[in-house]
Amino acid sequence: MDIIYTIWLRSMKRYIRSKSRIIGSISMPMFFLLFLGFGLNSVVNIPGFGENYIQFLMPGMVAMSVLFTSVFSGIQIIWDKQFGFLKETLVAPVTRMEIMLGQTFGGATTAVIQGILIMVISLALGLKVQSMFGFLIALGFMVIIGISFTAFGIAIASRMEDMTGFQLIMNFVIFPIFGLSGALFPIRSLPDWLSPITRIDPLTYGVEGIRYGLTGASQINPVLCFLVIGGFACGMTVIGAFLFRKISI
Amino acid sequence: MTPAIQVTDLTKTFGDLIAVNHISFEIEQGEIFGLLGPNGAGKTTTLSMLATMQRPTSGSGTIQGKDIEKDEDGVRKAIGIVFQDQSLDEELTARENMDFHGRLYRIPPDLRRQRIDDLLRLVELHDRKDDLVKTFSGGMRRRLEIARGLLHHPSVLFLDEPTLGLDPQTRNHLWHYIATLSREKNITIILTTHYMEEADRLCDRIAIIDQGSIIALDTPQNLKDSIGGDIVTVRTSDINAAVQILTGSWIEQVELHHDEVRIHLHNAEQRISDIITLLNQHQIQIHSVSMHKPTLEDVFLAFTGKRIREQEGDKKEMMRRQFKMRRH
Repeated sequence: MDIIYTIWLRSMKRYIRSKSRIIGSISMPMFFLLFLGFGLNSVVNIPGFGENYIQFLMPGMVAMSVLFTSVFSGIQIIWDKQFGFLKETLVAPVTRMEIMLGQTFGGATTAVIQGILIMVISLALGLKVQSMFGFLIALGFMVIIGISFTAFGIAIASRMEDMTGFQLIMNFVIFPIFGLSGALFPIRSLPDWLSPITRIDPLTYGVEGIRYGLTGASQINPVLCFLVIGGFACGMTVIGAFLFRKISI
Repeated sequence: MTPAIQVTDLTKTFGDLIAVNHISFEIEQGEIFGLLGPNGAGKTTTLSMLATMQRPTSGSGTIQGKDIEKDEDGVRKAIGIVFQDQSLDEELTARENMDFHGRLYRIPPDLRRQRIDDLLRLVELHDRKDDLVKTFSGGMRRRLEIARGLLHHPSVLFLDEPTLGLDPQTRNHLWHYIATLSREKNITIILTTHYMEEADRLCDRIAIIDQGSIIALDTPQNLKDSIGGDIVTVRTSDINAAVQILTGSWIEQVELHHDEVRIHLHNAEQRISDIITLLNQHQIQIHSVSMHKPTLEDVFLAFTGKRIREQEGDKKEMMRRQFKMRRH
């Protein structure tokens, strides 16, 4: 446990010092909230939300913030590889599993903090959290999304030599996962051929879970959401740990 | 007493390439042992295997009696490493880098704090302990890495090209530290280098390694003595004729390298005029004559027929570093 804590602690120290990263990764979901939220608020009419698109959008933006921060945190291992710091960790008498879990929890924590920042901004923009319990549910889903996608980032980083492939992964893997998740629009409004795709997107269940917690309304049963995204988190952690174990330097 | 390090027939191949070829040696407790050779000779691969970072293809090794394949954790606890490339977290302070290391090696908090203070004083970084590493110079980073490598009180310290890319002054400074360390803490040190002077100044014994094999292993003095006395180098346009006439009981050995004749002999100061007279008598034109005491460079040349070519190595290394910098 103490080793996992050590790795986690380092992630936290680095996070707190990287002001530009904190602000950088808040800006995108915040601008989405402002532009799309206010721009489309009176145009879009979503069943169950009425003419209140911004309320619908807020949980999606929280999820977006968690998603992007966590993937980025995971992929940062490449930098540790390039800067040589990973060697220092790998040659210590600790298991790779401990290192990987420390990185995962570190990434998930930063991602959840970023998500909470968006939540705070949302409160200022008129989000009304239903209850304390609802908030905790949303927080739980954020943690699970954070773990899933940090592990996902670690898995990718374990197979990549440098950051050149990063843009590719962001554009062709992460952005579709975000776009098809129902963060921006209700999944029921999609054409029939597209709808099954959103159903296999794990983030859909994360977004719906957060939405249930924050607004009390969701299109997928929250228990199902929990089972799917929870299972995905376990799966990604196992895959991430497996690939991380095979890193050689 | 068991040797600090024992290596038997250690071999590592990457596909067709034999990086390390059946090397064997023993290092005594408290010794400073050098692996000297050009870039790509297999020094770092050897170190990686001993540090459990890479698995040997065949052969075996023990560190303080612990097997490098069967007891990875035992070996890892017994060793401290300073890698060839930097391995600090630049976003953390000097103290935090040390603290991270101390926690990884499960040193209790009080002891950890005490040792970090002591070691940072030892490497004269105590007044900078709360500064971020990214503000440190190359020499300071190296010193911090050495301090970090010592934090868990290893009995064996691995130094992979410890002074690579540092300026001569800092290099001298570091040599001083390393020598002091070995004396005061009785730590066994194994270091790799392609700097002749470094090996000569620091090491009790040196293994000269080329193309994966150890070609000579002895104290620096014995190695230099082994190639016989002094060296007179004559550059001439007609080396073959020069070799023909340079005979005599006082000449131990004559080697040819490009346009040079290298004559191994004793008391070169007294014999140099004889050489010049001899060549003049046979009307062999002399471009230059130089004389020097043997260095490890000469030893390397005598054993392998080539120079270690520090210059070229440095240039490549610099380019590689610059390339890495740009990528960051």
